[in-house]
Amino acid sequence: MCLGVPGKIVSIDDMVGVVDFWGVKRDVAMHIVDEPVAVGDYVLVHVGFAIRRIPEEEIAETLSFFEQMAAEDLEGLSPPGAPPKPGTEPEALP
Amino acid sequence: MTQATPRRLEFRDVAQGKAMRARLSHAVAQAGRPVTLMHVCGSHEQAMARYGLRASFPKDLHVQMGPGCPVCVTDAPEIDACIALAARGLRVLTYGDMLRVPGRAMSLEDARAGGARVEVVYGATQAAQIARASSDPVVFFATGFETTAVATAALLLDDPPDNLVILSAHKWVPAAMEIVAQTPESKIEGFLAAGHAATITGYGIFERFVERYRVPVVVGGFEPLDILSALVLLVEQVSAGKAEVVNAFPRCVSREGNKKALSALWRVFDMADGEWRGIARIPSGNLALKPEFAKWDARERFGVELAEAPPVEERASAAECLCGKIMSGIAEPNDCPLFGKACRPDAPIGACMVSSEGACRIWHEHGLGLR
Ligand code: SF4
Repeated sequence: MCLGVPGKIVSIDDMVGVVDFWGVKRDVAMHIVDEPVAVGDYVLVHVGFAIRRIPEEEIAETLSFFEQMAAEDLEGLSPPGAPPKPGTEPEALP
Repeated sequence: MTQATPRRLEFRDVAQGKAMRARLSHAVAQAGRPVTLMHVCGSHEQAMARYGLRASFPKDLHVQMGPGCPVCVTDAPEIDACIALAARGLRVLTYGDMLRVPGRAMSLEDARAGGARVEVVYGATQAAQIARASSDPVVFFATGFETTAVATAALLLDDPPDNLVILSAHKWVPAAMEIVAQTPESKIEGFLAAGHAATITGYGIFERFVERYRVPVVVGGFEPLDILSALVLLVEQVSAGKAEVVNAFPRCVSREGNKKALSALWRVFDMADGEWRGIARIPSGNLALKPEFAKWDARERFGVELAEAPPVEERASAAECLCGKIMSGIAEPNDCPLFGKACRPDAPIGACMVSSEGACRIWHEHGLGLR
């Protein structure tokens, strides 16, 4: 019941849009989406209602946020002279 | 945009995931003690299980599932009220996950097996379509958190048919977070808030909470990198002794939220005190229809009382169910002696094993915590 799924609007007729969830198309109500939407926009959908237009620039920002977070040097995060206590080193990654 | 939009907005880069897990381990090590966090969303639990994130968490990081399963927190008397309406011969529409959740005497599925007219719908819009195609009263069992309540509200503001009757069991999650934060046994040092709920409410509603309880709240999305980055931001705050609201899902969440959706929500619903199954009576934890919508309100129209079903003796095993403690953050599924033994997905005893968003069911299906 409680799942938000992103998809792309493929057509729109007044308050009902057809949203493509990468292969599965469904009718989605547009009554409460936060901004005006158009064909080609990404939206977050919850129980048949679009609840947010996901702007392209925010998608790009998310990508760069992750890149930056992953790239930050772990060494730089430790206070000088405070190596992690034995047994608390980052675990081996699969 | 030069970078191709990832398919389905999936953020699953393996190398970034590894780097973030290393950073998470590092942050936990910096804390120098075990850190316990809570998420409040079945979708977060599902995503963590599906992508195997739990197995990769540092051993001193505990992420507990709180009261984030709408099906699990729907109280037995609320289900009984729905069954009572069906028993009067009314056609009842429900979200599929509610079917097998036990009321005090039986579930909606049992009632259907006994001849009651219980049907599954995908959402509020479909319920309205069914009502429009019929002349008889049709009851929609409106369950779920604020995200789902917004759909019910939109339906009621869009010229609903007169024969559509709403039995609201909608619940307001922020109220339940307060209860968890006040629980004396709680070891929760930070909350991972649900991204889609915050899409509606905005992250601003957590600001007072953070001030009051001095615990950080980070709003996170549902892709693996969304979850990992949100956990990193939580643990780093815990280690640094900080308590702030951070939005780690900015592609969907703003400070104010979706104003249109919120205005629909509060035009239709009032906050009301309500029982959350197994947890507590939560002040402002339920969403009740406003008097202006009495015409569509099952409680007004049919005088259905939550106490209507005769109290029955609970099955002895149900008394051992720890579902309420799990959702309060003071137990985990494998603390329950029935987990994976008497209580399994094919023979559920508590609501947490019934629902696909329940912690017991998710753990069982992914082989987590089984001895
Ligand atoms: S395993 Fe079953 S009985 Fe035990 S807490 Fe979970 S739902 Fe309840």
